[in-house]
Amino acid sequence: MLKDITIGQYFPGDSPVHRLDPRMKIILTLVFVVIIFVPDNPVGLLVGGLFAAAGYLIARIPIKMVRKSIKPVIPIIVFTGILNMFFVGGDPVFQLWVFKITYEGVMLAVLMTVRIICLIAGTSLLTYTTSPIALTDGIEQLLGPLKRLRLPVHELAMMMTIALRFIPTLIEETDKIMSAQKARGADLESGGLMQRAKALIPILIPLFVSSFRRADELALAMECRCYRGGEGRTRMKQLKYCPRDFAALAIGFACLGLVIGLNLIFPSVY
Amino acid sequence: MVVIETKQLSYVYSEGTPFEKTAIDKIDLSIEKGEFVGVIGHTGSGKSTLIQHLNGLLKPTSGSVFVNGRDIWAEPSKIRKVRFEVGLVFQYPEYQLFEETVWKDIAFGPGNMGLSEGEIAERVGEAARFVGLDPSSMEKSPFELSGGQKRRVAIAGVLAMRPEVLILDEPTAGLDPMGRDQILGEIAGYHRATGSTILLVSHSMEDIARYAAKVMVINDAKLFDYGTVDEVFSRTGELSAMGLSTPQISDIFRRLYQMGYAVDPHVYTVGAAKNDLLRLIGKGAAADA
Repeated sequence: MLKDITIGQYFPGDSPVHRLDPRMKIILTLVFVVIIFVPDNPVGLLVGGLFAAAGYLIARIPIKMVRKSIKPVIPIIVFTGILNMFFVGGDPVFQLWVFKITYEGVMLAVLMTVRIICLIAGTSLLTYTTSPIALTDGIEQLLGPLKRLRLPVHELAMMMTIALRFIPTLIEETDKIMSAQKARGADLESGGLMQRAKALIPILIPLFVSSFRRADELALAMECRCYRGGEGRTRMKQLKYCPRDFAALAIGFACLGLVIGLNLIFPSVY
Repeated sequence: MVVIETKQLSYVYSEGTPFEKTAIDKIDLSIEKGEFVGVIGHTGSGKSTLIQHLNGLLKPTSGSVFVNGRDIWAEPSKIRKVRFEVGLVFQYPEYQLFEETVWKDIAFGPGNMGLSEGEIAERVGEAARFVGLDPSSMEKSPFELSGGQKRRVAIAGVLAMRPEVLILDEPTAGLDPMGRDQILGEIAGYHRATGSTILLVSHSMEDIARYAAKVMVINDAKLFDYGTVDEVFSRTGELSAMGLSTPQISDIFRRLYQMGYAVDPHVYTVGAAKNDLLRLIGKGAAADA
């Protein structure tokens, strides 16, 4: 039941996209976001969409994964679409009392919807093709310059890694505690709001206690291996940019340039 | 009288996904009232999945479970009642403690049954006595007790529901030998005093040989054997082939037998071994039982 929730959505593989440097993938994702938001005409957006689709194709991520990543944001997409449809001025195509739908509104609604879908699909590709550990490594290195401002970048990255690592463990633990309390007759499924909140106490308290115990044990184990924070720490897996990373970046910027160019050629829909 | 029965019980995890796995496969089982049954099987054999079906924590993918002749899933809304009849103590049960005092924690189960205050107090006292909890510790926080004491509190929490069937999943895991013997002794005492049915999951064949009358062997999601300790432990060859150890004493006796000594190769307790050796050196079996 609880085990069915997937949070780390890494999809292991050995494609060129998987092998890209995680830092470059993060940068490319940012470039992609710009590519998606710059165009004000359908042709430009199509280029952005193709860019994402090419990524999926090369990474060999099944297309049904896209559906899975979009599913939770469907309400937001629908809401955005409807808002745009009704609240944009222009030539009315359809009018009923105070509600009117304009040609511009429909165009914008479609554009916005496609834009959000592309955005979610494209950025999900980052988490599908990068393991959480590589991702935090990449973030840590990219934020490296902020260390000069005394920002504890390494510690933040470490916290993120540990949090990601413990999500499945905690889910399993919650499952176990729930079963144990149900075996003692705890009723988690019925009753009003107050009763249900109260029924959570026998689950939350053991969960907190065991999380603190785990944290203590982990801290101890890290200290036993002489962990002293990020100061002067070297790493076994050094991140190194290869030619293909720069090639990927070049393609990203080429797309961005193309989209900007298309903006000048085609008329804006808004 | 049969207290627990399963018919063609199967359970499949994550059905319809690439992670699909059959945890138990068409298990037919019938356990008589008042028996002390040992459950063995290596890690991942499906024994934990099986025992969670017996009190309705898991719903079978196919097949059915009968408690006292009644299909427990006939009325899904009454499944909680089954959990009071079949008490389940999980592995490392001390991690489920949550109340302010030991007394309140043991009273959680009986409280969920909707019993009167007086009845609850009586059952808590009784359960605490069964597991040998000191009355002075009843008002302490369960979190300030030692590991062994915490586990006793957790077991008492299930005993206080006075289940007809008590299932314990490795109740002695992680305890020192003395704590292990004490807790098993307390469970045996509860069995004698109340006549309830006990299912004890354990990795220790010695413990099972000592306390259980019958043994259930689960292997690869299937019921490999269910019979008296004698019958099951006589299949030592097959048991060790599936990665289960037999009691050390029975290994020694099998080796002695193979070496040509006229010993009984089916010995599995130290007491019986002693008698057999005494017989062999001619001092008679009646010397000490």
